[in-house]
Amino acid sequence: MDDPLLLARIQFAANITFHILFPTLSIALGWALLFFRVRYTRTRDERWMSLYRFWVKIFALCFALGVVSGITMSFQFGTNWPGFMTTVGNIAGPLLAYEVLTAFFLEATFLSIMLFGMNRVSERVHTLATALVCFGTTLSAFWILVLNSWMQTPVGFEMRDGVAHATDWLAILSNPSLPYRLLHMLIASALTVAFLIAGLSAYRLLRRDAGGDVKLGLKVGVYAAAVLIPIQIAVGDLHGLNTLHHQPAKVAAMEGLWDSTAGAPAVLFAVPDEAARRNRFEIAIPKLASLYLVHDANGVVKGLKDFEQHPRMTPVFWAFRVMVGVGLLMFAVSWLAAWWLRRGAVPRWLLKGLVAMSFSGWFAVVAGWYVTEIGRQPWLVTGVLTAADAASSVPAPMIAMSLAMYLSLYVVLTVAFVSAIFHLARKGTPPAHGEAAVPLAGALS
Amino acid sequence: MNPLEVVPAGLDGAAFWLPLVFVCLMGLSMLLYVILDGYDLGVGIWLHQAEPAQRDRMIASIGPFWDANETWLVLGVGLLLVAFPLAHGVILGALYLPVALMLAGLILRGVAFDFRAKVKPEKKARWDLAFHAGSLLASLAQGTMLGQLITGFDASPAGLLFSVFIGLGLAAGYALLGASWLILKTEGALQLRALRWARLSAWGTGAGIAAVSIATPMVSPAIFAKWFSLPQFFALLPIPLASLAMFVLLQVFLSRLKVDAGSGNANGLRRWAWGPFACSVSLFVLAFFGLAYSLFPYLVPDRITIWNAAAAPESLMVMLAGALLVLPAILGYTAFAYRVFRGKASDLHYG
Ligand code: HDD
Ligand code: HEM
Ligand code: HEM
Repeated sequence: MDDPLLLARIQFAANITFHILFPTLSIALGWALLFFRVRYTRTRDERWMSLYRFWVKIFALCFALGVVSGITMSFQFGTNWPGFMTTVGNIAGPLLAYEVLTAFFLEATFLSIMLFGMNRVSERVHTLATALVCFGTTLSAFWILVLNSWMQTPVGFEMRDGVAHATDWLAILSNPSLPYRLLHMLIASALTVAFLIAGLSAYRLLRRDAGGDVKLGLKVGVYAAAVLIPIQIAVGDLHGLNTLHHQPAKVAAMEGLWDSTAGAPAVLFAVPDEAARRNRFEIAIPKLASLYLVHDANGVVKGLKDFEQHPRMTPVFWAFRVMVGVGLLMFAVSWLAAWWLRRGAVPRWLLKGLVAMSFSGWFAVVAGWYVTEIGRQPWLVTGVLTAADAASSVPAPMIAMSLAMYLSLYVVLTVAFVSAIFHLARKGTPPAHGEAAVPLAGALS
Repeated sequence: MNPLEVVPAGLDGAAFWLPLVFVCLMGLSMLLYVILDGYDLGVGIWLHQAEPAQRDRMIASIGPFWDANETWLVLGVGLLLVAFPLAHGVILGALYLPVALMLAGLILRGVAFDFRAKVKPEKKARWDLAFHAGSLLASLAQGTMLGQLITGFDASPAGLLFSVFIGLGLAAGYALLGASWLILKTEGALQLRALRWARLSAWGTGAGIAAVSIATPMVSPAIFAKWFSLPQFFALLPIPLASLAMFVLLQVFLSRLKVDAGSGNANGLRRWAWGPFACSVSLFVLAFFGLAYSLFPYLVPDRITIWNAAAAPESLMVMLAGALLVLPAILGYTAFAYRVFRGKASDLHYG
């Protein structure tokens, strides 16, 4: 552990992994709260207000964690990757600046009115403040994903004296992988939140919490998940095709393909052997990969060996399987639960399954990002800058020390976060007024 | 020394004035950060001197503001990053350790603030401690970073001692801002306590500013020359004189409020409660201008000027357009939020 590059990478990965957990929740949870708020205004049904009251606490917690971990991120570029800004700063800079100016201030300022201002401003202003917070979080995701997608598929620039200069901002703002990444990420956020809402509601139901918002929450979570997951799988598929076009080596690593093959198999399981450059214990379905990648059972898919520079296969291969595995599991669980819900009640075993899936979105999101980022190696900006060239010269022991500090902080805070929200779930909501017993079926109508 | 002498030859037009505009914008956001987050860090520094029952009120007084306050740090560092990419790496690389400690402090306090209200009651004291310790750590680390920057990253024992001293001075300054904020936003026993805290930290702040003003020219001959040559010396004299006046005025306000509190003069308490905060903010603004004058046009003393480090003019132009468009809106809705939460702090609850 005395390689500064490796340490800097681990540290960056640890920080961004911790950061992404919370925006993933707050992006979609904000919209969910706005939905609850508006439903309440329309129907005056207290259950929507109890849902709002319960989830706004969790939202506040996510937001605080997102902000403090985000502040860490904004120092990371300078401390860990000084070469990044000196080479592509002319493009990354304005994008990051626009994120701060248009999104961060908006969300941070209106957050206070959303959280604490309900009795100080009119209902309409409060709803507007909530909407602005949601708009702000989504806008942050947009700007940062423009930057990340540009790093994956750079366009609209030219190199002068080793420094990138923007030549076409419109091209940068609509770079080829952005639409897929933005859509896939936003739906991922919505799925993560849907499963969290369904999971915590199931938990409260199992504990016989009679709060009027419990069953409603279960319905909202389950139905939203059931609708979104097929869309997410389709978008993921399109995202993969886009990646095949722009970063074929990443796809070869995802698919576990060493040799270029006509009629490439879909590898379900294997243990990639990086030294021998082949797979062990491979289980595969013949020709399937060619079918879904090039839409021709005998089409040729390029293998990793045919790329001069390519990422390590093992982490990409496994991360991809975790993401897709969680996706398929989400599909099964949400459709099963939706089916039972329509029949009127969900059996206990399935409720327990939903509780177990509460944080499933996190696993899929982090795994997906590992595919994206590790699959880009050795490049930091595809074809422009490698990670090694961007690394700083901070001595290894210093990085190791701060890394140890960050890691222990993150473990403590993640544990504290999860236990705090289960604690909130056990406390339930204070009983709302005028709440009638509503049969489970039809409660959403 | 004439700062224009250090402009690289052949620089004109946008390549000359854009870095100037951006260093002003960066300075402005750093100043706003120091003042705004300064008062909420200061409240954190005092948290442990208060009784548990008063702590909720203290935290309620900063609850609606701290997040937006910290965003000015993100903007300040962001502008350093995006407008002066060459200096950003050098500065943050050299300040690696204090930066990491500051971030740990900011993380701890930012989340403690939220956790303390949401965990089991018996765990609340633990998060209070995290809030207090995080605030203190972040303040000390920020001051140390400033000290290191002034000395040009002098890692000798003398340089480090100087930096740690500035760390203590800044923490005292934040404590003063925090106490004055509490005088403004609270009433009763807590306000009385805050008066005592303000008195204590005012002396710490005064000593800190005086020591820094004396020591800074001594550690850097270039800064010495800037202040102590004629005619600059006389042109600059108003800065230390105004600081002194503000310090005296602050003491006057504090004594007056104390008398009012003692005699139960609620009217006087209400009328003058903003005084200490205004004086403390003025002290910070004056110290900031003194420091900015000492450093300009360098980002790293005697090594990197704003022109050496600036990003390409066309990229700066793109950002300037955005900043000019958006900053007024930001100031506008920030003012709106302060208006919504004006008056004495009341207990916070969602909804
Ligand atoms: C709830 C989360 C979630 C779920 C269920 C899925 N994904 Fe995903 N995936 C993500 C969350 C995610 C992500 C974390 O949001 C990533 C990382 C970068 C990105 O844009 O989205 C991602 C990246 C990502 C990539 C990497 C593309 C690149 O960066 O070059 C591909 C090819 C897919 N996904 C494909 C799929 C497929 C075929 C899925 C079918 C089950 C799937 N994803 C489910
Ligand atoms: C959208 C903004 C993002 C930017 C600008 C960005 C940028 C970077 C940079 C500069 C590196 C270091 C160089 C390298 O090792 O490749 C990196 C690596 C990495 N990032 Fe990201 N990243 C972003 C989002 C994410 C997210 C959301 C995650 C995961 C949750 C993530 C996971 C990783 C991982 C795991 C690595 C290490 C890769 C390796 O060691 O090979 N990134 N990214
Ligand atoms: C390297 C990349 C990143 C940097 C430098 C970064 C920086 C930051 C900063 C400084 C904040 C705090 C804003 C405030 O003060 O209010 C923040 C919050 C946020 N970030 Fe990131 N971030 C990065 C990656 C990402 C990614 C990949 C996403 C999502 C796709 C994301 C989405 C958000 C959102 C939605 C927030 C709002 C706070 C919250 O919802 O928790 N960021 N980020």
